[in-house]
Amino acid sequence: MAESILKVKGIKKYFSTPKGMLHAVDGVDFEMEKGETLGLVGESGCGKSTIGRVILRLLEPTEGEIYFEDKNISQLNKKEMIKLRRDMQIIFQDPFSSLNPRLSVSEIIAEPLIIHNIVKKKNSELEKEVLRLMDLVGLAKRLVNAYPHELDGGRRQRIGIARALALRPKFIVADEPVSALDVSIQAQILNLLQDLQEELGLTYLFITHDLSVVKHISDNIAVMYLGKLVEKAPADELFRNSLHPYTQALLSAIPVPSIKSKRERIILKGEITSPIDPKPGCRFAARCNYAMDRCFKEDPELTEVGNNHLVACFLVEEKANN
Amino acid sequence: MSDNILEIKDLVVHYITDEGVVEAVNGLNMTLKRGETLGLVGETGAGKTTTALSILRLVPNPPGKIISGEIHFDGENLLELSEEEMRSIRGNKISMIFQDPMTSLNPVMTVGEQIAEGIEIHQGLSTDEAMEKAHEMLELVGIPRERAIDYPHQFSGGMKQRVVIAIALACNPSLLIADEPTTALDVTIQAQVLELMRNLREEFNTAMILITHDLGIVAETCDKVAVMYAGEVIEYATLEQLFENPKHPYTIGLFGSIPSLEHDVERLKPIKGLMPDPTNLPSGCPFHPRCSHAQDICKERKPIVTNIEEGHMVKCLIYEGVIEAKEVL
Amino acid sequence: MSSSVTTEKDTNLKSQAGKKRSQWGEVWRRLKKNHMAMIGLIIMIILILLAVFANQIADYEEVAIKQNTANRLQGPSRENWLGTDNFGRDIFARIIHGGRISLMVGVVAVGIAVLIGGTLGAIAGFYGGRVDNLIMRAMDIFLAIPSILLAIAIVTALGANLFNLMLAIGISSIPGYARIVRASVLTVKDQEFIEAARAIGASDFRIITKHIIPNALAPVIVQGTLGVATAILSTAGLSFIGLGVPKPRPEWGSMLSDGRTYLWEASHITTFPGLAIVITILALNLLGDGLRDALDPRLKQ
Repeated sequence: MAESILKVKGIKKYFSTPKGMLHAVDGVDFEMEKGETLGLVGESGCGKSTIGRVILRLLEPTEGEIYFEDKNISQLNKKEMIKLRRDMQIIFQDPFSSLNPRLSVSEIIAEPLIIHNIVKKKNSELEKEVLRLMDLVGLAKRLVNAYPHELDGGRRQRIGIARALALRPKFIVADEPVSALDVSIQAQILNLLQDLQEELGLTYLFITHDLSVVKHISDNIAVMYLGKLVEKAPADELFRNSLHPYTQALLSAIPVPSIKSKRERIILKGEITSPIDPKPGCRFAARCNYAMDRCFKEDPELTEVGNNHLVACFLVEEKANN
Repeated sequence: MSDNILEIKDLVVHYITDEGVVEAVNGLNMTLKRGETLGLVGETGAGKTTTALSILRLVPNPPGKIISGEIHFDGENLLELSEEEMRSIRGNKISMIFQDPMTSLNPVMTVGEQIAEGIEIHQGLSTDEAMEKAHEMLELVGIPRERAIDYPHQFSGGMKQRVVIAIALACNPSLLIADEPTTALDVTIQAQVLELMRNLREEFNTAMILITHDLGIVAETCDKVAVMYAGEVIEYATLEQLFENPKHPYTIGLFGSIPSLEHDVERLKPIKGLMPDPTNLPSGCPFHPRCSHAQDICKERKPIVTNIEEGHMVKCLIYEGVIEAKEVL
Repeated sequence: MSSSVTTEKDTNLKSQAGKKRSQWGEVWRRLKKNHMAMIGLIIMIILILLAVFANQIADYEEVAIKQNTANRLQGPSRENWLGTDNFGRDIFARIIHGGRISLMVGVVAVGIAVLIGGTLGAIAGFYGGRVDNLIMRAMDIFLAIPSILLAIAIVTALGANLFNLMLAIGISSIPGYARIVRASVLTVKDQEFIEAARAIGASDFRIITKHIIPNALAPVIVQGTLGVATAILSTAGLSFIGLGVPKPRPEWGSMLSDGRTYLWEASHITTFPGLAIVITILALNLLGDGLRDALDPRLKQ
């Protein structure tokens, strides 16, 4: 068994809105091993990006604990947290708004190095390190003084990756890193992320709404619906044998670029319900084709059904009991 | 009356900007039969949206300009019509669905009024009659008629896109152009909207141009596919031909770039390099800098359309017999 | 690095080298294309040069201040380009020296307002919540008092001199800048690069100075340019009613005020200072509008 690198326990993040408490993340537990890629999938507003930010303490959790390498980091103060940033980094979705337009490529990549005093300001060592990072992510040397607005999305995303790698982190939250990119560029960046993982032994929490991407890149996949994990399993297992009705519908809804596989499609009723002051019961019950009385009253717990496959659904639970 | 509802011949559209001339569409040829759905596939900057806007003559001018070409719709060359004649076609015989349902509805009008607006303009109905028709359209797209008095902000993204579809179909157009209609929606909602569009298209027998970058959506919705690169259609085929037997190296590259749900691969096979700068397109075949089969001749000679088989056309020197592919395609 | 990583070295790329422009370079390039803005800029440069070299062009003590009643109310001539006033002083010299005051008051007053208002606005926008509420409500109270009245009150309380004038005009325009900077900071604050800076461990100070302020500057620059014009007008207004710069120091507003008794017999006494005000305000507004267009990211392709 590989060693655990990250463990989150009972994470909750509520936002207060004029309409009430928004339960963005409502009690999420999971664990990650060193070198693994955990894909976190879900539709917009399910709280997947919030989890990523809570783990990095870019947002303070309302409740719950985060352990990084067996150290509880939910209590660390500002100074200790800054030190921890060397180990935990993030790659953002939007290659346009995630780069300061007033800084040049080299300034952006050098910034973490300067903040953490890894190399002294304005010397050749800094330049060498910036060029090394640019080379690592496949950016040509001549772009060193370019500004983000002169570059296309794929190259901008490479800058964002170089910035995240500058501190030589062990763990990276990749928040929809390829969603804003064209398919041919998307494939380049996915390959880059995989190569970097192999070479540097990185652990990824890969947040996305794109199920084909998540299957390709992940070892394990966690499916989220309205602030809760509904299912978690190894990637192949999840696609072969999904148990939660939401996962099933989600998987069946993906348009497959093939004319041979005509799959049965499950069309869900309605749309995602509001995460503001949710009623008790399964969050998915209102749209579920199999919902029972019990689903509207109690919260199903995420329980293991074997093969590292976890699911939170009364239907599955009852089937197992019979 | 010809079988083709739409025929585009040698369309050239440029945007004249400070940075130079953006060659958005360069000699595009395309035909669409009545009732058929054509998938227009390509990446950002391939000229998909410009093509669509050209059909409606809505290319923003300045900086955009339709330089040359013909767009025959129902036997009429749209590029020769007066602005007034064009207005009577837009939203009536040809309508368009835009990508972002959030911004394509007017926030201060009720959805009923917005659907009725087009009906009133084009069909000469009274306000009440138009409103009644609007209610019918709402029900058709799966929204209760009572909601006609609601404003767009009271609807979710998927519902808004349904309203947009209702507006587009209100005058029973013979051509519907849908520009990435589901890109802004979640997968489960996308599935709902795509199914709705499929059903309505059959019911109304509307020809459709579906602009998308998602080959999965194409596989599920289209009859024909046109793959665009740098403002040209580089491959045109029926759905079966394209998916079972893609010919152009770019098309093959696109398929290699998408992670498959069916086969596991260690690494994807991306197309190297980037989309070309549209102000400075490569000479010869525009794809040659990224093509793994490219030879020197590709830099100079512009490929012409080669017919592979009935209905399958490709623009590549390999199929003209000028060069040989490095590996079997 | 394994070979499957697609580096872009092997692909032929458009000639991006050689057009590495910072965003400010880009702004300047767009501004240069705007003829009206360039006219405004050129006028402003001339005015600034005249103000800076005022003493070299016309001696302050001898030409601008010293009365020469024998030569009073002369029309424009070769000796006195713009004529003389009711004390026989050269109007051209007085306008140049007056310009010095006007520009200085304008710039310093706006400087004070931007510095104080900008800081308050930045703090309010960055920290939000209670701090924001406290600062912005205070600004609202300020805004409830017409700024010219506020300036009059301050000058009356502190006494009419150049320094108090700048202070009064500066203070009275603080709330405007606080609002603009706050709005601008709020937009920038929500962008992902701020979160990115946090994620690499940047301190609040670094985030504000390095990431937020440079990106929130555009509207302040526009407002500041237009604000100098407003400040010059306020100065002229205050001087006109006698609350500006003490006499005999020349100031455009007080020159207007002095000349109004002679409006019928020697209209040039009022015409030329008036023109000076109009040209300056026009130039600043042209420049400000041009800057607004040049800085507006929405107009960017």
